[in-house]
Amino acid sequence: MDSNNTLINLKDVTYKYPGGKTVLDRMDFKFTKGDRIGLVAPNGSGKTTLFHVIMGLLKPSSGTIKIFGKERRKEKDFAGIRHRMGLLFQDADDQLFSPTVIEDVAFGPLNLGKSKQEALDISRKTLDYLGLNGFEDRITFKLSGGEKRLVSLATILAMQPEVLLLDEPTNALDASMKSRLIGILQGLDLSYILISHEFDVLSETTHTFYSMEDGKIFRDDRVHIHTHQHSHKIGKQPHKHI
Amino acid sequence: MIPEAFADGKSVIHSIDPRIKVVLALIYSFVVALSSSFVILLSSLVTSMVLVMVARLDAREVLKRLAVLLGFILLIWMLMPLTYPGATLFRIGPVAFSSPGVILAAQISLKSVAILLSLMALLATMSVATMGHALGILGIPDKLVYLLLITYRYVFVMEQEYQRLIRAMKIRGFKPGTNLHSYQSYAYLVGMLFVHASARADRVSKAMKCRGFTGRFHSLWQFEPDPRNRLFAVIMSLIIILMTTVELWIQTIHS
Repeated sequence: MDSNNTLINLKDVTYKYPGGKTVLDRMDFKFTKGDRIGLVAPNGSGKTTLFHVIMGLLKPSSGTIKIFGKERRKEKDFAGIRHRMGLLFQDADDQLFSPTVIEDVAFGPLNLGKSKQEALDISRKTLDYLGLNGFEDRITFKLSGGEKRLVSLATILAMQPEVLLLDEPTNALDASMKSRLIGILQGLDLSYILISHEFDVLSETTHTFYSMEDGKIFRDDRVHIHTHQHSHKIGKQPHKHI
Repeated sequence: MIPEAFADGKSVIHSIDPRIKVVLALIYSFVVALSSSFVILLSSLVTSMVLVMVARLDAREVLKRLAVLLGFILLIWMLMPLTYPGATLFRIGPVAFSSPGVILAAQISLKSVAILLSLMALLATMSVATMGHALGILGIPDKLVYLLLITYRYVFVMEQEYQRLIRAMKIRGFKPGTNLHSYQSYAYLVGMLFVHASARADRVSKAMKCRGFTGRFHSLWQFEPDPRNRLFAVIMSLIIILMTTVELWIQTIHS
């Protein structure tokens, strides 16, 4: 693989919680442009920690982190590239801190040194793209759960990132909001890693599955063909499963 | 949740530049609070009522808010005339009502109602977010402004967390009583809230960092110039100046 296309490259990365257990144990991980990875692993296996280490929010105790072809060590190294990687937090309430939607979406672009007008233009375009026109002056904490999720996605897309790190984006969304989000993800021309426990979401939005165990990450290509029993209403009628 | 009942409206006062309203509300409140003649206090009460009417605030909501204040005023009327030293106005049996006490209680009542009404008309007619930005532009330090805005944003999240914890206690049969178990449970509840708040703050700050935050906030806020701004500012200033002059004049006559 062309090394120019390697966006994220972790080597021997170890992360321990202070006084706690080792969450990442000499982990190697390579993420290439165009990848759409689904990360499925049990709770507590370190998925979120991995994201935070990639973003430079947590400092590993050993190992090297190369992002966009350069080694990143200090806060300063990460500060300059964070906007090129969009991390969607598990809880949208952590991400939306401004009183109104438009201010929250414009927060990133303004931090990147855009003028007010540019920031507003980008924000409006992003909101439009996500089908959130008319949301500009809505109060962030009064939004529904699904709306909050979409707006937090907007706050990230407004920074025009190259990589998305999505931490359970469809968690606690209803079916229609979920399929709306799936449609959006499919339409994006971006590489991403998506943490989820929902296989329908994963199979529609990602190419490869990875899993984590004992502080290591590995590609999980095993396809399990299996049948399972299920029950549903009016099951006696002739019907198909697609 | 803090319902901002008066924040959305179509009246003239709603469309006035928030900065002007904040400054006028501040000066007006000071003038009313420092005045003592009944002429001025009564006219300030009338002025405030006119402001509330111009802002077309819902009368029931206004009264609901006044009712809270009236509770305190009632307390003052019960205490002041009995405890303030001075000439006796009248007696009921052995209880003497002092004349300066009654006057003071009347002044306090008029002042507080007038100020509260004016604040409803001038400050409550903007959202907390707008007020934050107006304060920022008026030169209040960024840190204080964002303390206000972020408190406003997260106080509801904290309240939800509190409700969740309370529910978790209730569904397991917790009944508050005067015993050590109750105190301990409440202490745990408060402790958990602090833990949650600190964890939340940590995540919010990380999320902000991810979006390129370096410690400086940029504001999107812009206020449209409007001729009515100047008109409103001039009228209110004239009223305030008139009130101050008359008050000072009355004070010099009395002294």
